[in-house]
Amino acid sequence: MIAAAALAILAVVCAIGAWRFTHARWTYRAPHVAIVLWQALGVTWGLAGTGALLAYALEPYRQGVLHGLLSFVHSAFDGGYDAPGPYDVPRILALITGLTALSVLVVVLLTAASQTLRARRRHRVLLALVSHDDPDVPGVRVLDHPGATAYCVPGLRSQVVVSAGTLKLLSPDELTAVLAHESAHVRERHDLVLLPFAALHRALPWSRLVRLIQSEVGLLVEMAADDAARRYCSPRRLATALLRFGTAGSVPAPQGTLGATGTCDTVMARVQRLVNPVPDLPRRIRYAIVAFSVTLTSSAPLLWLIPH
Amino acid sequence: MKGLGELERSIMDIIWAQSSPVTAREVGRLIADRDLAPTTVMTVLDRLTRKGFLVRTRSGRAWRYEPAESRDAYVAELMLEALDMTGDRSAALTRFAQAVSGSEAEILLRALSELEDE
Repeated sequence: MIAAAALAILAVVCAIGAWRFTHARWTYRAPHVAIVLWQALGVTWGLAGTGALLAYALEPYRQGVLHGLLSFVHSAFDGGYDAPGPYDVPRILALITGLTALSVLVVVLLTAASQTLRARRRHRVLLALVSHDDPDVPGVRVLDHPGATAYCVPGLRSQVVVSAGTLKLLSPDELTAVLAHESAHVRERHDLVLLPFAALHRALPWSRLVRLIQSEVGLLVEMAADDAARRYCSPRRLATALLRFGTAGSVPAPQGTLGATGTCDTVMARVQRLVNPVPDLPRRIRYAIVAFSVTLTSSAPLLWLIPH
Repeated sequence: MKGLGELERSIMDIIWAQSSPVTAREVGRLIADRDLAPTTVMTVLDRLTRKGFLVRTRSGRAWRYEPAESRDAYVAELMLEALDMTGDRSAALTRFAQAVSGSEAEILLRALSELEDE
């Protein structure tokens, strides 16, 4: 019963923590660290929530969740002879709910991954047919479209793409800044960070919290890319490029946006921290948060293993 | 010798530039300066057809090829996807709502002119 209770508490704490965390603003001072914490919260919430139900359901086996599940499967194939006594209704319900939730999470994640891969493959094929190289921007594919867009197609051979509209809209310095931002996305594989959160949103589309979390992580990823980019370019030029993209979006044409611009507020938040940089979170605190995230992430799997 | 992708692109460009369906021989003539073997042109046309980028119709003893979609349609598709890729933004249908609206664009424009004045 201890494991079930601990997992349940952990799941609730994660949910409350996530809710509080969506309002935190220190995250803007250390986006990379905040992303790690979000990932830890997500994994722990999923494992703790489903684990609590399963730990309760499988408690009669006294073997913990993981081994309990194996024993359950085993006794099911044996015609139920090894089962440790008759099941009661609440435990059966908990078992069904726990297994369903767990498989929904896994299936949703796999589906999202395969859909993303398929969409990317199609995108790449089309890109090969209709985009072209431009000597002014080596290594970047150019799309002949008056709208402003700059993005990357992530993958093992990722590609950075800009539209002709972007080349016209931005000054050379601003373009350098935008490209540095996109290369940061490519280098740090931010698409992999976003994937599980997007998948979770698809699984729970009605949840306001999940939507909030998804856009928060989206914004943090952009800020992380901004931070990486400002090492190679003028932050002020990156800010003006952002604003130019935002205003170009008001033209009524099929518009793309920088793999970056969102609503006005998020653009302004990013511009603010580029123009008036606040000091990074102290190193000590950043390490403490990472250590906490690691502990949190390992706690749920350990609780899956303890026998009571 | 350029890659197959490059060749596919030039052949699509040629076919997009034509006003009517073309045969493999005509395509070969239009890229004659590349001295390609006719079979190579046939192979690429066949690949593009299988991928759904070309539609072919029988005309006498030869096939005539025409583009399944215009070039602009593909560019537009990519542009729409670029929006969808911008990160969070939930279902595919909400993507247009992300464009910064008129009043919000004004706020950004003001911030931009302030930054440029400094």
